[in-house]
Amino acid sequence: MSTLTALARARAAHAGRAVPITAVRHVHLSDEPLVLIPLMQAGEAAAPLAVMAGTDRAAPQLLLVAQPRNRDQRFDFLTRFAEVLVPYIAARRQHTETVEPTKNHDEWERCTDAPQLILPNPAGVEALRLLGRSARFRTVDGPYPVDPRVPLLGRYLTWFADDRAPMPGSGVCLALTSALSQHWATGQSALEDQHLPALLSWIDPPEGMSGAEAALLAEDPDAVPPAGPTTDPAFDTGVLAPLVRAQEEARAAQDMRAVAKAEEELRVALAAQLEPTWQTVWRGIDVLRGLPAAASDKPRWQVDRGRFTDFMTGIEEGLPPQPKRPSAVAAARRLADLESARQSYDRSQAIDDPLVLARYRVGGEAFAGRITFVDAERQEIKGKRAWPRPLVVLHTQDEVILRPGVKLASPARVAQTVRLRAVRRGEAGGYEVELELQSGMGRGKTPEEGSVPLVGEERCYATFLAEQRGTRPELPETDKTPWTHGGPPWPHVARAEDQAEEWH
Amino acid sequence: MPMSPSVPQATASAPAPAVTAARLDALRGPVPPRSHDARTIAALTVNPGCSRRAVLDAAGVDKRKLAERIGFPARYGQSPFAITRGLAFEKQVKADGCTALLELLRGEPLHFDVPEHEYVDLGVEPTADSGTPVTVDRAGRYERTRRLFARVAAGEPLLADHPLLRLDVGGRTAYVEPDVVALSARPSGASESAPARLYVAEVKSFAVIDGQADPAKVGAAATQAAVYVLALRRLFAELDVDPRIVADDVILVCPKDFANQPSAHILDVRRQIAAVERQLARLPRIGALIADLDPTVDFDLAVDPPEAQGESGREHRSGVELGKSLTMIEARYAPECVTNCEMAFHCRAESRAAGGADALGRSVRDSLGGIQSIEDALAVADGSAGVGSEQHEAARLLRAAARAYDEALRVTPRVAEPEVDV
Amino acid sequence: MSAAASRSTQARAVIEAVAADLLSRDHRGVIVDSPPGAGKSTLVVELSGRLAATGERVMIVAQTNEQVDDLVARLAVAHPTLILGRLTAGDYEVPERLAPLRGPNLAFSSKLPELAAAGVVLATAAKWALVKEGEFPWAILDEAYQMRSDGLLAVAPRFADGTALFVGDPGQLDPFATVDTDAWAGSPWDPSDSAVAVVRAHNPDLPVHRLPYSWRLPATAAPLVAKAFYPFTPFDAGSDLDDRSLTFSARGTSGTSSADECLDEAADTGWSWFALPAAHTVRTDAEAVEACAALADRLVQRQATAVDRAAGYERAVTPDRIAIGTAHRDQAAAVRAALARPDRAGRGLTDVTVDTANRLQGREYDVTIVLHPLSGRRDATAFHLETGRLCVLLSRHRHACVVVGRAGIADLLDAHPHAEPVRLGVPVKFPDGWAAHQAVLAHLGAA
Repeated sequence: MSTLTALARARAAHAGRAVPITAVRHVHLSDEPLVLIPLMQAGEAAAPLAVMAGTDRAAPQLLLVAQPRNRDQRFDFLTRFAEVLVPYIAARRQHTETVEPTKNHDEWERCTDAPQLILPNPAGVEALRLLGRSARFRTVDGPYPVDPRVPLLGRYLTWFADDRAPMPGSGVCLALTSALSQHWATGQSALEDQHLPALLSWIDPPEGMSGAEAALLAEDPDAVPPAGPTTDPAFDTGVLAPLVRAQEEARAAQDMRAVAKAEEELRVALAAQLEPTWQTVWRGIDVLRGLPAAASDKPRWQVDRGRFTDFMTGIEEGLPPQPKRPSAVAAARRLADLESARQSYDRSQAIDDPLVLARYRVGGEAFAGRITFVDAERQEIKGKRAWPRPLVVLHTQDEVILRPGVKLASPARVAQTVRLRAVRRGEAGGYEVELELQSGMGRGKTPEEGSVPLVGEERCYATFLAEQRGTRPELPETDKTPWTHGGPPWPHVARAEDQAEEWH
Repeated sequence: MPMSPSVPQATASAPAPAVTAARLDALRGPVPPRSHDARTIAALTVNPGCSRRAVLDAAGVDKRKLAERIGFPARYGQSPFAITRGLAFEKQVKADGCTALLELLRGEPLHFDVPEHEYVDLGVEPTADSGTPVTVDRAGRYERTRRLFARVAAGEPLLADHPLLRLDVGGRTAYVEPDVVALSARPSGASESAPARLYVAEVKSFAVIDGQADPAKVGAAATQAAVYVLALRRLFAELDVDPRIVADDVILVCPKDFANQPSAHILDVRRQIAAVERQLARLPRIGALIADLDPTVDFDLAVDPPEAQGESGREHRSGVELGKSLTMIEARYAPECVTNCEMAFHCRAESRAAGGADALGRSVRDSLGGIQSIEDALAVADGSAGVGSEQHEAARLLRAAARAYDEALRVTPRVAEPEVDV
Repeated sequence: MSAAASRSTQARAVIEAVAADLLSRDHRGVIVDSPPGAGKSTLVVELSGRLAATGERVMIVAQTNEQVDDLVARLAVAHPTLILGRLTAGDYEVPERLAPLRGPNLAFSSKLPELAAAGVVLATAAKWALVKEGEFPWAILDEAYQMRSDGLLAVAPRFADGTALFVGDPGQLDPFATVDTDAWAGSPWDPSDSAVAVVRAHNPDLPVHRLPYSWRLPATAAPLVAKAFYPFTPFDAGSDLDDRSLTFSARGTSGTSSADECLDEAADTGWSWFALPAAHTVRTDAEAVEACAALADRLVQRQATAVDRAAGYERAVTPDRIAIGTAHRDQAAAVRAALARPDRAGRGLTDVTVDTANRLQGREYDVTIVLHPLSGRRDATAFHLETGRLCVLLSRHRHACVVVGRAGIADLLDAHPHAEPVRLGVPVKFPDGWAAHQAVLAHLGAA
């Protein structure tokens, strides 16, 4: 953890209220997100108990499974879940915009919007991932036939929770606790921040209460039900188990009126568990919306829209479902995607947000100060040509631990690479840093207007902003996987086995 | 002179073991000690630096009850659904003399060479007349386990269900029950002449999906299994049999994917065995730890029966007294304690009340160097307090952080342009 | 036969066995594990020549430009008739030491077709990954344990029908990714795993050889490094105790300077521990940083001389023969700042190499000073306990190593929790960081 974040936590603990660690919002918020709060049955891998879902905070839909261990009921639940999710996604597939062709890509149509799921916490996203895994290989025929929307739902959920949620900077599937703790430091630990009601209490405490007090109250599962997907064991013992049993007994006795009554009681009980979290999630979204969106929000969401388009096109073109485990080539591609997304997300946050940049300053990867000297005329003769190489001196109070030769860039002019030539102790404290401008000054012999900083200007320079984005390595085609990685994988034929996969 | 990084030695000032045992009994008061089991032995590896927990465990104090008495009841508990599911799965694996388990070992992908076994259930009394099975006392069950493994060592292929093993934990005998079995087998590819080894099998009801399970759960299962391996090895050592007869690998049996179908996985638990052994070896140091304790410290949770009907029983120690005793033993609190120690909520409240940086988590504590309290850190950061030479760097970083943060608040961020309707 | 002669014979036998396995073409690949300083580069240089002598082209893959350039220089000297091609990135500048070698037998180019005349082509893994065409019958992958599986996948098509030699040190730092890679844990396709791990997972029958002697580590160091970091693959020092010595022209100011006493001990025994009083500190602990700089300073002021009778040298331990190793970059920066103090700079101390373990991998010095990764810490993290990190730091020296740290490391290890998450199918890594740290501490304390 950076010293800055540690200090922010200490300040929050002292103040009894969370402290912002960003100046702007770095996660995209859709105008119409779909909030999902899943509850799962304890002790089972992927037995859904209920989900509260909706795009309208005033009208949540509650879907539930009366007996999570009953396969038919579970399929029925997934079908109803699909009835919520599929139209939400389809609505975002409708409108597209034309993207001009580039060197590597023909002209194409990109969706003008993309879906956005918001879950209370990362465990909720994991629950979706497991539901997606359990549903995407189901088929409409075979030993356990299902509604055609069930495998589709499985593929959608896999895309959200497995493909996109781990992708840095993607906003199509958000865990609210992660999004909130990315923007605020609380006066408790990161572990305790995973509890949504407690975290939100620190950020947005109720009237007349400190965040610390409110968080303590919010931790009591009797007063505030946990945000799922696991239920409170005391609720399972005291409420859920008797209701499930009553409902089962009624079914066994074929007393349909008693079944209906038991189911209704179950619905009421689960709604009571979910309702507070529903309100908390929407309040969390409000709090996030209170922050202005970062400048990079649009390009990031545009990437999400592009990936959404690709994914939908793949389904429409009849591609098979996402495999259980990727091939060597697919895994390597995926890692490259993840790492480059990480790099560009880190960069864009630092460029947009001075508070994020401040963390790097304290960590010694950046420094900020005032320009005290500029030699804009300076040139370097290389071969037959003279190149502009202006010299700039910056005075900073930051501890400069970088070595001569290191490349830097400033958020004020990211495309301009600067080389650190020397660092001297300033006479009046701090450091004098001598910098040579190397690029981003146009093509002429003299720098373009405005491309050289002026004396008196405040500038920040950081190492990671100058890091080259690595060229993507050339990976072999999957069917040409070399012997080092086991040769070409077996073609995808596992449908029969997947169909027969037992499901209680 | 260069100093050597000596390992702390408890022996120098440690009192005799009998003195220690007497003091530990006195600490607990006139209630029977909570005995260790595999779970609590495994837990020794979780926060070994905490003196408070070490003393309470060594004295056999019921931490759960203690936490309740001082007003910080621990909220642990398992859902009845999870319990039912766990029992059903275990029953399924062990049905018909563990048929399913043996099939798993012989089949894909393990291909163990498992001879025909005689199945012996040590958890039930062998009854001549067909009455209902009777569970027997622990010492007797241990004795029978011991006799059975003597036969195993002699080469008889036996599959032991519900064996009861013993482990010396800080001078007190703890019984542990591998919830399953030890059986002899040869791993695939081993030569005919290679000796068959005994494997401990652990049945867990968490799912393995596409080859992966929750790493925290697998880790806990591995440590628990390591306790069984150790106990089993000690038993063979007592029998004068080479303890290496017990394999370093254990077999983890879990439901596969979304079905109830069991699947078997090999876990190499050498690191966990080493970790548990290390903690068991450390336990004698408790003597030095309690020798320095204030004589007034005790955790007597006993309650005398009420003298008259309608009255409540008389507690030997009030909650306040117990809490005071607790504060006299140093805790090493970290937020992760909540997941594995009954005293965690008390320690958290204590740390928060004292303004300790520990309450903010290990990584925050780390960034603050040796500065222990939140108020000190803030005073150093705003320049209103100085520090000793060891904290000089921490202070510099904190001041730099405060300055960078406050400066950044004055800089305008780059925000998205508002949507324009066209 | 003398001990020295017997060691050379054994080492030679390993090289011959590797060559025989390769030239037989019975296997698609051959793996050579090399402990620190065991002659890995010598092996690569010799085998490059022998493979090229078959008349078929050899590609050599190393991880950094510096490593590639080192190999180019050594190959040019060892095989003057061999035509070498150095494949480079666009912005590569030929280093000064290679400039004189440039000529008909050493060409530099950023395009493979321009190096068609070369019998041996060398480049970094990153550069090879961008090459789309061309196949080589022979490939040598150096520092293969530091190469990531996905990096190997990108270069492997260049030798898909050939035979490859994987050389590396399994005890050093593992490659890492900047994102969470748990999704692939336990899968043989984990793209963040090391190249050797993935090759072995898919080709379990490849022959594995091990170089038996460390020619770098002195007899005082090899046993500890082997025991702590290579518990199942032991190796010995290639030299005897009395082959090496470290002496000072200027006597220490005995009784007053703990730095001098510490250096004397290191000169005598090969190791010493410079203890600072126990305290919890941030990682750029000013006192520990100053101690590292002061030790280097005294080493230079006292005019140390290093002698290796077997290798036949007697040389002054000049600042460029000294390295100071740290775990973190900011620590290295702080030590550099302490060495740049005017009086020290005047004594040439800015020429001392100060770097993190990651950057010291593969390098060699006469004397090293190590800031212990756990010094001043309250808790150990996986990063600080990583055996590869400590192993790199403690295996860079030919004569002596001084470890600087706060007292209390033993207590920290003692209190370290062992509740590790476990991923199914991931082979357990040995040695355990905890155990390796304990072994090292015990040795330093006993010294």
